[in-house]
Amino acid sequence: MAEVRAEMVANVWKVLVSEGDQVEDGDTLVILESMKMEIPVLAEDSGTVTSLKVAEGDVIQEGDLIAVIE
Amino acid sequence: MFESVLVANRGEIARRVIRTVRALGIKAIAVHSEADADLPYVDEADEAILIGPAQPAQSYLDVDAVMEAAKRTNAQAIHPGYGFLAENAGFAERVIAEGLVWIGPPPEAIAAMGDKINARNLMEKAGVPVAAGTREPVPDADAAAAAGIGYPVMVKAAGGGGGIGMSVARDEAELRKAYETARTRAERFFGNPDILLERYIERARHVEVQILGLADGTVVALGERDCSVQRRHQKVVEETPSPGVGPELRARMLAAAVRAGEAVGYRGAGTVECLVDPVAQDFVFLEMNTRLQVEHPITELVTGLDLVEQQLLIAAGEPVSFTTVEPRGHAIEFRVYAEDPKRFLPSPGQITVWEEPSGDVVRVDSGYRAGNKVTPFYDPLLAKLCVYGPDRAQALVSARRAVEEFRVEGLKTNLPFFTELLDDPDFVSGEYDTGLVDRMRAR
Repeated sequence: MAEVRAEMVANVWKVLVSEGDQVEDGDTLVILESMKMEIPVLAEDSGTVTSLKVAEGDVIQEGDLIAVIE
Repeated sequence: MFESVLVANRGEIARRVIRTVRALGIKAIAVHSEADADLPYVDEADEAILIGPAQPAQSYLDVDAVMEAAKRTNAQAIHPGYGFLAENAGFAERVIAEGLVWIGPPPEAIAAMGDKINARNLMEKAGVPVAAGTREPVPDADAAAAAGIGYPVMVKAAGGGGGIGMSVARDEAELRKAYETARTRAERFFGNPDILLERYIERARHVEVQILGLADGTVVALGERDCSVQRRHQKVVEETPSPGVGPELRARMLAAAVRAGEAVGYRGAGTVECLVDPVAQDFVFLEMNTRLQVEHPITELVTGLDLVEQQLLIAAGEPVSFTTVEPRGHAIEFRVYAEDPKRFLPSPGQITVWEEPSGDVVRVDSGYRAGNKVTPFYDPLLAKLCVYGPDRAQALVSARRAVEEFRVEGLKTNLPFFTELLDDPDFVSGEYDTGLVDRMRAR
């Protein structure tokens, strides 16, 4: 199981996956936006997205859980 | 001269403009969002008006809110700083239509230069060298592939800025991908989907010329700035004079920048950005920024001029404060960003410690102080650390000391990157190009 967490305070700009999706290592899960910059959040493991904790427009804090891949 | 000036911006540039406005005995009016109420510039202004919530679209980019603040305070003139509404021709027109003075170039000049395709074509006609590229918007990826500009090619948003949406393609597959990315971002960030292609020059330096369009219609060039230290196509360190520009090339670049300004009837402070091939000692026009530039302090350090003062004088229809300009010595600016020093990812947070370096050869233009919260709503620039020396070697010595003395705690900053840069043999030798930071990170 791999937990994907936010590395910084950011707004969630785009969510590119849904719960149940199969993802490969390196796939973009969501795109965050902070300080006029887009930051793609990538899967660091292949598997199924069993949990997706963010929606477009959310503000997330450093360390917040974005998704779980199993 | 005016009795009052409203500064339609935030952070370090609002503070910097307010300093000169007040030094000239003019009333300085600040505007701020809810997120910025505690920043130093708000305190240092003679009057400050809350114009909306943190989101830029509802505050600093809200034309009605800014105009309402100007009316309420009886401001005579508006200084836009850089970013936000500074290059918005519609805003400039509105300011003028409502009977206020716009401290910037004519709206027509902003519009002419705001579209990169139009600017390129205009400059070519004025005899300013441009890179091989497309003269009309490229409608789709197929057209991009068929344009025949050759590789490597740069894909750019016509209405863009800040490096957003820009990328280099080395073959057709990359070009198609870059085209789609640029188009999506151009629509989202700039509301203008037009894309242009330009031949990309490898190992180029990014060098710009500061111009001033005077009240009598003449245009003068105040020297160049080298902005080749970039990450994600955004400047991090600038210096003047450029270590890669010889006297003959400098003379040609300054003359071309004057022609560029004259071609659009320029008034006030502006910057003509160029790409320089240091081996061939040749250059091409890149774009023109119709406003005060972030890195203007290094030009101030080597010329002794206050560029904001010149902007105010020109806008008031008065002569500038100088007759001739003879730049002396060497100046370097380091943009202190709230970002991690390895990957350069944003790092908003609370500033717990803020201690600036000081001394005769050090200038710090900062937007924050200890206790301030740096929010994710705006760009990551915390401060501009500038150093001066009689020559480049001595400026580098002062830079090392100043970077070491600058203490910021509570969030990550790129100060450790500057320590690394000041030890990098390519940077120290002066023989670097826009690929420097990427190469440092690839090692």
